[in-house]
Amino acid sequence: MTDISQRTNENPSWLKRNKLAIAPWIFLVPALIFFAIYVVIPIFESLWLSLYEWNGLYTADGQSTATWVGFQNYVKLWDDPNFWVSLRNNLAWLILYMLAVPAGLMIALFLNQTVTGMRFYKSMFFFPFVISQVVVGLIFGWFYNPDFGVVGTIWKWAFCEETVNILGNATFKCARPVPDILSSPEWATYGIIFAGLWPQVAYCMILYLTGLNNVAADQIEAARLDGAKGWKMLWFVVIPQLRPATFIAVVVTVIGALRSFDMIAIMTQGGPFGSTNVLAHYMFEVAISEYGERYGYGSAVASVLFAIMLVYISYFLWRMYQDEKDSR
Amino acid sequence: MFPRPIEKSGPGTRVAYQAFLPVALILWLLPLLAIFLTSIRSAQDINSGNVFGWPSQFKLLENYTAVFTQSEAAQYMLNSVLITVPTVAISVALACLAGYALAIYRFRVAVPLFFLFVAGNFIPFQILMVPVRDMSVQTGLYDTIAGQFLFHAAFQTGFCTLFMRNFIKALPFDLVESARIEGVAEWKIFWYVVLPLVRPAIAALAVLIFTFVWNDFFWANVLTQGESAKPITAGVRALNGQFVNNWHLVSAASLLAAVPPVFMFFLMQRHFIAGLTLGAVK
Amino acid sequence: MAGVTKANWEDTMIKTLKGAVAALALTATSAIAGDLVINFDDLNPGPKQGFDDMIAQFKQENPDINVITNVNDREAHKTAIRNFLTADAPDVTSWYPGNRMAPFVDAGLFQPVDDVWDANNFHEDLAAIKATMSRDGKIWGVPYSYYQWGIYYRKDVFDLLELSEPQTWDELLAACAKMKDNGVTPFTIGTKFLWTAAGVFDYLNLRTNGYDVHNDLTAGKIKYTDPRIVKTFENWKVLIDECGFVDNHASMSWQDAIAPFANGDAAMYVMGNFSVDGYKNAGLTDAQIDFMPFPTIDASVPLAEEAPADAFFIPTNAKNVEDAKKFLAFVARPDVQTKLNKTIGQLPINAKAEISDDKFIQEGFALLNSATGIAQFYDRDAPAAMAKAGMEGFQEFMLDTSKMMAVLERLDQVQTEVYK
Repeated sequence: MTDISQRTNENPSWLKRNKLAIAPWIFLVPALIFFAIYVVIPIFESLWLSLYEWNGLYTADGQSTATWVGFQNYVKLWDDPNFWVSLRNNLAWLILYMLAVPAGLMIALFLNQTVTGMRFYKSMFFFPFVISQVVVGLIFGWFYNPDFGVVGTIWKWAFCEETVNILGNATFKCARPVPDILSSPEWATYGIIFAGLWPQVAYCMILYLTGLNNVAADQIEAARLDGAKGWKMLWFVVIPQLRPATFIAVVVTVIGALRSFDMIAIMTQGGPFGSTNVLAHYMFEVAISEYGERYGYGSAVASVLFAIMLVYISYFLWRMYQDEKDSR
Repeated sequence: MFPRPIEKSGPGTRVAYQAFLPVALILWLLPLLAIFLTSIRSAQDINSGNVFGWPSQFKLLENYTAVFTQSEAAQYMLNSVLITVPTVAISVALACLAGYALAIYRFRVAVPLFFLFVAGNFIPFQILMVPVRDMSVQTGLYDTIAGQFLFHAAFQTGFCTLFMRNFIKALPFDLVESARIEGVAEWKIFWYVVLPLVRPAIAALAVLIFTFVWNDFFWANVLTQGESAKPITAGVRALNGQFVNNWHLVSAASLLAAVPPVFMFFLMQRHFIAGLTLGAVK
Repeated sequence: MAGVTKANWEDTMIKTLKGAVAALALTATSAIAGDLVINFDDLNPGPKQGFDDMIAQFKQENPDINVITNVNDREAHKTAIRNFLTADAPDVTSWYPGNRMAPFVDAGLFQPVDDVWDANNFHEDLAAIKATMSRDGKIWGVPYSYYQWGIYYRKDVFDLLELSEPQTWDELLAACAKMKDNGVTPFTIGTKFLWTAAGVFDYLNLRTNGYDVHNDLTAGKIKYTDPRIVKTFENWKVLIDECGFVDNHASMSWQDAIAPFANGDAAMYVMGNFSVDGYKNAGLTDAQIDFMPFPTIDASVPLAEEAPADAFFIPTNAKNVEDAKKFLAFVARPDVQTKLNKTIGQLPINAKAEISDDKFIQEGFALLNSATGIAQFYDRDAPAAMAKAGMEGFQEFMLDTSKMMAVLERLDQVQTEVYK
């Protein structure tokens, strides 16, 4: 920085000569400052903080109370069953969330017609993606509720009879207790993933609908003349042409799966006893929930999540780099 | 076109398809319909387990009014607007500048910088949480509207820059070239030549960022605590605690929270989808 | 830029930036000498009114002190205090004793107030809470209020079944059997937010092993697999098998769990006195609900009770310590505690104070006065990380009692890490 200003002073025409070298920086500076303060620097701060034990407090004269523990937080993670449960749930999210891709394709194929009102149908099918995950979480939380929700009502209709209790108030007697999906350690995670798939399928569907619009009609016709149809046509002709759409669908689905936080926070808060936690939520819980305040440990959890994501980011960037090279 | 257009099939298939469409749609939106029905029911219906049946009383106005009179929902809604609108303005503005720089100029770090923005867009929020929260607390931005939109604007700049850069890159470069030959200043090229051409991209970004930020829940939890700065998403959760067992009110509040992004979507549907699917066809 | 490393430069830049924004955002709470800034943490109508009245009285008695108050809601206060103790300390703040004050004491953010206790005979008058206000041999604050825990029950259901308040474990189990025969679930509870289960655990443990074991456990001095704690869990298993809790408790909050209680499907609720408002909002009247102490399990164990307290503290960075101490002495005075607690509907801690004629308050007062020890609550006596793991363990155990030993062994492991 000092260099630049000095040279400018020595030679007034330097600015003019280097117009094309300086201009991009002037355009870039505002974005770079914002991005550096809120994104780039915090990443390194978090990585650094994961080597400390810190409850987020400063002493009376403003010194941080953090103490250096080296890699101990990571050693602790290794022995922390909650961490492994979260990691396993992350894996479940990753795998099951991928169902959104074929499901989205199926719906897109079903809707890829030109009958009247199709535009309306397409946008209504896309609807779940537009609403907040908080709302989706609340909807499904109510859907699964054993006392007031859809699941509870259907179950009571099938397995319970209405009677009066000792005080004469209406109550239900059930041959089998109503399943409480969101407080079952075995089923709760799948219940949340199922709810999460709803908007994600809509997202993948819209990607494929756009992709299908751009499938080359002549190739389809040519394949039809060769006698290809149905599954064969789909597998050998259409899907290869949909590769860009598939790529984006996979990328956004992976990121969506690893970022899953809202639905868990709304539907179970990681419970019962931590069995629906994922890294994103566990980190939040460890660092800033009422029983948290372990900033260093939380940062270690976040760093692991970051490392996992970095694999995908690198792959994505590598692919983009290939495209960049080709386009030059 | 694939699959084969339905018009080319027999009339039976066509009628069956047309008849099945609304059924499929109702099934697909069943959770939403159920919650809408719940939101117009009376408390008695809910307590007596009338979930699917016809509501015994229609309480549409009562319930939706109750959400506003019995809670801070109006404040939350206003907060959401105050957070979302500046975010859109700042991030799109920054991205126009940065995207222009990265697309038009050839300099050595252009691609690495571009990749930095792209990568930043994909990282998990949690890695930013502790430092951003600590910084906000230290600077007095914690629990304020500004604290939220400054962060959102910075974070969304990654995605917006990716989008803008690709969009500008696809514009004919000759335009810029010939302007330069005529001696037009760089900022004038940006302002008079490029900016008018990227209007569709600005529209697409605006509606996308609006939806993303409106629906944010994580940062609302990390950066706020009280009613004065909480957006509607976090507010709805707070209402959920307040309206215990009053599912009709919780449903009404949830649906209200969804109205602005849905409205935006239908208003600017083409831009929205164009924005989301950018790259899906290349 | 010679001699300045890049990292340093970045650091400086961020600090400058932070400073600039901080200057802009500085709130108007900073005070000059002669001012007394008090932060309070309850916006609910009752407590807010009680606090305002108390401040009015203090101003009247001390016309030379300019009192400035900031009242925040509970959850907001929990976050804000972590910042304002360092950045913009008031002269007095409300907070909780036990382990909740430990991080602030350890970081040197509170100052000891032993002299206030010495000068005002508090060691005797506030004896009930003295232990939990102490840490490292010093006393850190002055308590102003607490409330009892115990069993709230449906008096009408008990009357219909001709049951009286069970005094002993066997009587409780017999009462449960009778309730179940008549289609009533004995206990309601909502464990979604975990802490409710800790109330049940605390009582079972206090009755099985007594006050000292509760303290030793939460202080990390005895293991969860210790035979005494195992005994507590075995009693808990008996309570679950022979009495039983409502189904689906893991998906209910404590407020949700009032529904079966109000409907008469469940007859008892192990809860704190703040829940009375909830029962009344659900349509129950004073005649329908009543309070009883948790029954004895082992007659040789002296009765200790659970009663979380609220207190006032003086931050290290307080500017007007002299007047702050005057306020602390004022807060604990019998007449002040009497008036304050009548308004907020809780119990005064000063043994010389009087109480209101609300029946739950009366019963609670009798209960706590006869108690040989006052526990705060599992999640206030144990450090946060232990409390979280412990309460998750309690919930897991309640959902599947066969996992008892696995849960206890895991808690031992957490314990060794938390208390190292």
